[in-house]
Amino acid sequence: MSNEEMLQAQTSTGQVVEVPHHDHHGEHHHHETFITKYVFSQDHKMIAKQFLVTGMIWAILGGLMSVLFRLQLAYPDATFPWLETLLGKWAKGGHLSAEAYYALVTTHGTVLVFFVLTAGLSGTFANFLIPLQIGARDMASPFLNMLSYWFFFTAGVVMLSSLFVETGPFSGGWTAYPPLSALGSASPGSKTGMDLWLISMALFVVSSLLGGLNYIATILNMRTKGMSMTRLPLTIWALFFTAILGVLSFPVLLSGFILLIFDRNFGTSFYLSDIYVNGVGALPNEGGSAILYQHLFWFLGHPEVYIIILPAMGIVSEVMSTNARKPIFGYMAMIGSLFAIAVLAFLVWAHHMFVSGLNPFLGSFFVLLTLLIAVPSAIKVFNWLTTLWRGNIRFTPGMLFSIGFVSMFISGGLTGIFLGNSALDIYLHDTYFIVAHFHIVMGVAGMFGMYAGIYHWFPKMFGRYLNNTLAYLHFWITFTGAYLIFWPMHYEGLAGMPRRYYDFSNWESFKMFGGVNIFISVVAMIVFAAQIMFLINFFYSVFKGKKVTSQNPWGSNTLEWTTPILPGHGNWVGEIPEVHRWAYDYGKDGKDFISQTTPVGAEESSH
Amino acid sequence: MSIFFTIAVVLLVFVVIFQIAKASEYVSILKGEEKAGKQANKINGFLMIVFLVLGLIGVYYCNELMKGRIPLSSSLEGDKVDQMLYLTIAITGVVFLITHILLFWFAYKYQENDDRKAYFFPHNNKLEVLWTVVPAIVLSILVVIGLRNWFIFTGDAPKESLVVEITGKQFGWIYRYPGKDNTFGKKYFRNIDPATNSLGLIWADNKEMNQTADPASFDDIVNEQAMYIVKGRPVKLVINSRDVIHDVGLPHFRMKMDAVPGIPTTLWFTPKYTTKEMQEITQNGNFEYEIACDQICGNGHYSMKGIIKVVTQQEYDVWAVTQKPYYFSAFPDKDPSAKPIAPVDSTKQTAGTTASDAVKSIARK
Repeated sequence: MSNEEMLQAQTSTGQVVEVPHHDHHGEHHHHETFITKYVFSQDHKMIAKQFLVTGMIWAILGGLMSVLFRLQLAYPDATFPWLETLLGKWAKGGHLSAEAYYALVTTHGTVLVFFVLTAGLSGTFANFLIPLQIGARDMASPFLNMLSYWFFFTAGVVMLSSLFVETGPFSGGWTAYPPLSALGSASPGSKTGMDLWLISMALFVVSSLLGGLNYIATILNMRTKGMSMTRLPLTIWALFFTAILGVLSFPVLLSGFILLIFDRNFGTSFYLSDIYVNGVGALPNEGGSAILYQHLFWFLGHPEVYIIILPAMGIVSEVMSTNARKPIFGYMAMIGSLFAIAVLAFLVWAHHMFVSGLNPFLGSFFVLLTLLIAVPSAIKVFNWLTTLWRGNIRFTPGMLFSIGFVSMFISGGLTGIFLGNSALDIYLHDTYFIVAHFHIVMGVAGMFGMYAGIYHWFPKMFGRYLNNTLAYLHFWITFTGAYLIFWPMHYEGLAGMPRRYYDFSNWESFKMFGGVNIFISVVAMIVFAAQIMFLINFFYSVFKGKKVTSQNPWGSNTLEWTTPILPGHGNWVGEIPEVHRWAYDYGKDGKDFISQTTPVGAEESSH
Repeated sequence: MSIFFTIAVVLLVFVVIFQIAKASEYVSILKGEEKAGKQANKINGFLMIVFLVLGLIGVYYCNELMKGRIPLSSSLEGDKVDQMLYLTIAITGVVFLITHILLFWFAYKYQENDDRKAYFFPHNNKLEVLWTVVPAIVLSILVVIGLRNWFIFTGDAPKESLVVEITGKQFGWIYRYPGKDNTFGKKYFRNIDPATNSLGLIWADNKEMNQTADPASFDDIVNEQAMYIVKGRPVKLVINSRDVIHDVGLPHFRMKMDAVPGIPTTLWFTPKYTTKEMQEITQNGNFEYEIACDQICGNGHYSMKGIIKVVTQQEYDVWAVTQKPYYFSAFPDKDPSAKPIAPVDSTKQTAGTTASDAVKSIARK
């Protein structure tokens, strides 16, 4: 029976997968070419790797951009001839232009938020882990899954091409607020660059919807026998909520973009009113509201930060429990808090708009709901701490990044309490305080979740190990560096130093941070170098790493470790195993771990 | 050349680190992987404690180094912000300390050890209720304090407030005072002429645009140099934008509000120190209250600076009398004080009366 027939049988019989006579499943009867295996692959594991590698490429580009603009912030007066070699007219005389600076800041934000931390993180791990951990041969629709990747890829190509247009890429910040983003006459970056940005983002939305629907369908319908929802590993729960968030909120973002496209190209006035542009004159538009866009944008924009952080939370819960050799503490509370965060994610978007002239009475509800999110977040943090308590901790690189994640999530989460309180937000809004806050809680914590996942599942992905020494170095440099970069930024923010400034040297109020900016930039470059080191380790180990010799190297309970070391298309040779218990029976009844496939013994204690 | 040199050095460092890392992998195979793994585990466990200790020292040191750079609050409302800030720092600081000490201490203490069995502890309802309820209560306190301030800050400005209109444009600020009549004249963006009528005041009838001249607009005072406000007197800013979204950011007064085209917004505060007093307090002769644009507005965003001069009532009165209505700078021939025929003495006389009227009218709330 071929894989396709296999999948047919599986979907037609519903979630119970018991198809006889497929003992030769792991072998490939059908012909696979290079194109179908590596390029237009419909195998979820290959698609996951495609998402991962594409995400890495974007992470390097996005990171490099931050190095360039940090160079400007550190040395606003210096010239670097090589910059002109690299960027041409955008760095005449070796000095980055303001236009280029803003383009870099904008692209850095867009790329890191959407391409790396959304597609790279949940794209990779949803694709890789969902079928493997729920016990399915592939996604509900492998074809849509393939399309999801290629829409993402195309979005990336369009975004990349926007870097090369004559008027430059979009430069109005990743949030793309109109009128700035709507008027080419107000900023050169809002000309062709913005059209390409919008096209790229529209393609990206399509990609996430295709992916998200697929993840939801797979998790709901294709769990193996015995895998009830409450036996799912927390990774799957997190990815499930992430997909729901994306499916419900990305269309709203798209609608906001469509109105923006209309305003830009077809003379409508959804967002435009009462505008006089220097050198152009008064525009004909009247009656629109620039604030409308902000509502539409943040209705996705806020859930988006949870789209980033929930998968990281899921990965961390799984990796932490495995390496503490102890069940995750409060499994149901973990699911409940994920659910609470997912629901609240839709009810807090206007906290990004406290200083936009929002009705203060309306604003007060958003304060309340925003600070309410701290409760499920606190539950998660304390549950992770209790998971470590009296464990028997193995500091694998994945575990180190999980611990780092918890630290970052605490630090960044606590500053969220400042910003969610509107009266304080008036002071801190759009300063370096917010830059520090979201980089720690979303950027660094999200990346740490991703690294934890990569280090933990690398053996499953490639059948080899990463080099541990490099991994330890990678962790300690990144962890220390992230704090050294972002901790001082809080102080800059408390002094009111605004974000997205090209040069502070003319400001009496902010120029005393010149030395701090140099320090931050230097550390940022070192941390960036450490990420390059990780990439070298990654690609070297894919081909030359130490080979995995045992099926279950971490001693883990979940189903992916019951597959062959390098699972083929269809994942399990023979029948998909039946599940008899939850995923966290570590250290139970004196046993180090009990796989989910082990039937519950008569003598076993219940919890 | 230096860039190639730098790249070469970086590459060399990479190669060295990589070789060491590879070598350590072989060494671990020679030594026995289990033993090597245990050793690595011990090192990482120890580093957890090192990180905690050095990190906390770093936090303290960073605070000592930086706290002096946060400007003094210069408004009564800013003091409330600061109080709230210190309370929030205290509460989150305690949580930060406790959770981080637990995190790294647990990591260190419960590192893998052959003699220890992990404790099977899947859940405990009492504990979970505890850390649901306690954060909820603490947060409620913060919400109550926050909302009380929020409604003060965003509520109506006191009646005696000085009202100033501030309009953002790429890349600068335009300030407008209502003039003698204490009423802002009407404006319409299609009347804007950057040279003579930067705000589009309605000075003339225009049938096509269905406008009739607004008499209140003739005495409005407009300038782009600095905003003058009075120490101890609340000031209400009416905020507009001419093109894209800007933001009136006032770090010293702890206030901020977006300038949105087509939708006027407001903010108010009560300045506590004059600019001169701040120059003495900060021991910086160049000190100015700066308005920083806090919403990205184009390539000149970083240079969109405004100046607020906080002065005493007396100084303000003196400044106010020197201000001419904007209308006269657009139409100098209509300016009565500029008439060259008038004798010197009587000019002074006229200017004097107009000036004192202007002061009275402005002071009249």
